[in-house]
Amino acid sequence: MENFLQQALNGLQLGLVYALIALGYTMVYGIVRLINFAHGDVFMVGSFLAFYAIERYRLPLPAVFAAAVIGCGILAVVIERVAYKPLRNAPRIASLITAIGVSLFLEYFTALHQVFGPNYYAFPRPFRVVSFHAGEIAVTNLQAIILAVTVACYLVLRFIVYRTRVGRGMRAVSYDVVTAGLMGVNVNAVISFTFGLGAALAGVGGVLYGIAYPQIHTFMGIMPGLKAFTAAVLGGIGSIPGAVLGALIMGQSETLTAAYLSSTYRDGIAFLILIGVLLWKPTGILGKPRAEKV
Amino acid sequence: MKRMSLAHGALALAWMALGICAAAAAEAKEIRIGLITPLSGDVKTYGESVKNSFLIAVEEANAGGGVAGMKIDYVIQDDRNDPTEAANAANLLVNRYRVKAIIGAVTSKASIPVSDIIQAARIPTLTPTGTNPKITVADGKRKDYMFRSCFIDPFQGTVMARFSRDTLKKKSAAVLYDASNDYSKGTAEVFRDAFRKMGGAVAAYEAYGKDDVDFSALLTKVKGSGADVLFLPDYYSKVGLIARQAREKGLKVQLVGPDGWDSPDLVKIAGDAIEGGYFSNHYSPDDERPEVAAWVRKYKEKHGQVPDALGTLAYDGTKLLFEAIRRAGSDDPKKIRDALASIRDFHGVTGKSSLDRNGDSVKSAAIVKIEGGRQKFVKTVNP
Amino acid sequence: MAILDELLNPYWIQIFQHACVVAVSALGLNIIFGFTGLFSLGHAAFYGVGAYTAALLMKSYAGAYGDGSFLASQAAFLGSLICGGVAAALLACLVGLPVLRLTSDYLGVATLGFGVIMKVVLDNADAFIPQLGGARGMTGIARMTSIPWAVLALSAAVLLVRNLVHSTYGRVLVAIREDETAAAAMGIDTFRYKVIGFTLGCSFAGVAGGLYAHLYAFLHPSSFDFFKSFDVLMIVVLGGLGSMTGTLVASFGWTFLLEGLRVFLPPEYIEFRWVLIPVLLIVTMLLRPQGLLGVREIPILQSRVNR
Repeated sequence: MENFLQQALNGLQLGLVYALIALGYTMVYGIVRLINFAHGDVFMVGSFLAFYAIERYRLPLPAVFAAAVIGCGILAVVIERVAYKPLRNAPRIASLITAIGVSLFLEYFTALHQVFGPNYYAFPRPFRVVSFHAGEIAVTNLQAIILAVTVACYLVLRFIVYRTRVGRGMRAVSYDVVTAGLMGVNVNAVISFTFGLGAALAGVGGVLYGIAYPQIHTFMGIMPGLKAFTAAVLGGIGSIPGAVLGALIMGQSETLTAAYLSSTYRDGIAFLILIGVLLWKPTGILGKPRAEKV
Repeated sequence: MKRMSLAHGALALAWMALGICAAAAAEAKEIRIGLITPLSGDVKTYGESVKNSFLIAVEEANAGGGVAGMKIDYVIQDDRNDPTEAANAANLLVNRYRVKAIIGAVTSKASIPVSDIIQAARIPTLTPTGTNPKITVADGKRKDYMFRSCFIDPFQGTVMARFSRDTLKKKSAAVLYDASNDYSKGTAEVFRDAFRKMGGAVAAYEAYGKDDVDFSALLTKVKGSGADVLFLPDYYSKVGLIARQAREKGLKVQLVGPDGWDSPDLVKIAGDAIEGGYFSNHYSPDDERPEVAAWVRKYKEKHGQVPDALGTLAYDGTKLLFEAIRRAGSDDPKKIRDALASIRDFHGVTGKSSLDRNGDSVKSAAIVKIEGGRQKFVKTVNP
Repeated sequence: MAILDELLNPYWIQIFQHACVVAVSALGLNIIFGFTGLFSLGHAAFYGVGAYTAALLMKSYAGAYGDGSFLASQAAFLGSLICGGVAAALLACLVGLPVLRLTSDYLGVATLGFGVIMKVVLDNADAFIPQLGGARGMTGIARMTSIPWAVLALSAAVLLVRNLVHSTYGRVLVAIREDETAAAAMGIDTFRYKVIGFTLGCSFAGVAGGLYAHLYAFLHPSSFDFFKSFDVLMIVVLGGLGSMTGTLVASFGWTFLLEGLRVFLPPEYIEFRWVLIPVLLIVTMLLRPQGLLGVREIPILQSRVNR
């Protein structure tokens, strides 16, 4: 039983990091119906920015977060302007292809020596990891920090979406782009803001991921990105609590599969759960079914 | 008078030009070799240290007047660690650039398709780092143009199993390996079987995936299994992560591993969690032999860092090929192949090696301990 | 003469055959996505199933039938290709029956998930069939694919798609793509047709996989992961959804671009190959969002009615 609780705690840590990435996927999808495959690579850039902030400029932890958040936010807005906005009225698949293109570009471009370089870098720990023992279960201060940061991000996000003007704009655009525009919502600004906000969360995720799994390289964003995206779909893409729920399920399923079955099957089981859930609820656990307009 | 000098000048120029041409023609004796290495994709970092080392070997050879009187001309191709691209690159080098010999590829999954193509084209090829036995011998057939200058998977697994059992006196082993990486999987299997055969128990034998970064579930399992030695057959980047998480989980087992551990970055990633670990290697950078010191200095001067194991193997592999060309005294692929097959006791940075009848290197391994964040030579193990 | 020499270089011939194989697989995805509108992100999994099935059959049984004679081995090869296609089709049907209930992006995610699962299975395949090699890759496959086989397979695929598209079946598939609700209202059993379209498209991938296996003679699970599904998707979208000509142009263009950059990039910039490719992809998409050819076809591929 202690063993199980310990594994569940491991799963929680992983799930919380996924949640930060999944929120970006779900918001962007909710607004422009785009699977932003480049999101995982923006997350990677966040990790690298944090790496440089710590290793080269010796910034304190809050400044490290700020660097990653601002850097990722700007990057995502630029990507949106260059690669997605011109295609907003084109078939949806066109922007999916440019998203794949941007993803490949970020991976291979940042691997050049002139940019981040191809090496596997050791991410410096800005603080010592200490474990506290409660009976047989070890909890680390790192896990506590990840939990606190993720919860804080989630609350801030909810506040922005439900309590601010721009949040209302986001909800309006998500509901109906054309009508929102007619009602005086600055659609372009809202979409850019959404991309920036999602990327900022990915930036926070990038820092935490680097601290938790202290090794980074330019292809590190692919799998977490894919898992987080899956988590967003699992929870119901477009739904903010859904993304968090999906991410927590993904984290648990991966860890528990590794613990009680075999780590080889962790990806397989995660996707089997996804397919199973979709067959049971075709729009994810918390997703609202969309009535098809005839 | 003026016109005369002009004519003279023209004549002199013409003669000079002719002279240069003649000299060029005399010097034009070149041998072209190819290099296949991943210069893009997820293992670009290994591909580059191989490329850097290859170029150092070529530069040295050319500075010394070439090999067997021939200047080395080279073509480098990228395989992106993808079997299809590796096959295309080999085809390109063989058929379009008409190379006489190839160094490559770096990973096993790229080297196997390369080995098939060069065998059909009869171009001698040497992989400096591909450890899968199938590269040189597949389905019972020896590909007689394919060679390798590193250990094969089984050797290191056996070495480390014996070391753990006999020297460290460990009774119960745990193994964590990457199921999608043949190097990791192959070494793990051999270690497991060898350790059992020597009377030890294998308490945990667990796989993870290539992109996994969270090993807490597996490590919790290892902790529960009561193993007293943990074998980690993977590259330093993964090993560092696992070691660090093991320490954070409060695991107190002896860590051991194969040559994939060799990199100054291992200690950077793992911190003091890797302290006291043992691994088998081709050589030890703090070895007193002058070849080692000279090589490390040369690489550092050029690239600002200590060469990793893959780079060092590539340097040795390239020099081994040059030695074969020198012995063949010709750019004929058949003669180079025969010379390669006959090489015994070649002295390289990674020690003395011979190529056996399967084209695989037979060489001793060094056991290295990580102490005070540095690699410390422990002993040599013969095959 | 020099140009001819260059073109007939075995290297380019190999690339040409690969392009034909890619085109067969992409035509399959064009049936699924271009004509029927089913968003599939798992095409490479079916390609892989075809490749492994054909290679395994050829490796295990070809010796039993072939007395080494040319005809016998070619016949065995044809048989193994067909089996590869059938295996992919069977699996597609099995997967499609539950999964095709999903629509649009959810279908995409489910098929993507299937692709990831398939990769896990292939990585561990040596546990139940040792010859498959698992993560170490499968070796010892005969080089059977040749120019005639590649061209023949591609021609057959083009002919099949052309006739399909202009048949009543094809019209139904297009109707489903355009408006599934309306098609259902017309009394069409849309689900049945979706399964048919999906299965047929995947069988193309299976045959293409068999050709690939016997062209490169080495199979590794990483050649069939979800990135490879993206590759095929990019080709189909680049060419223009629902355009056979576009798929053909994009398949050849894509394959020759990847390889051509090896030759035409200056050696010191060889590592920029995969930086340039996505840039070209993005720029092309921005300039031609509907694909290079949109829905246009060369006359020979058009239906008689429209001509």
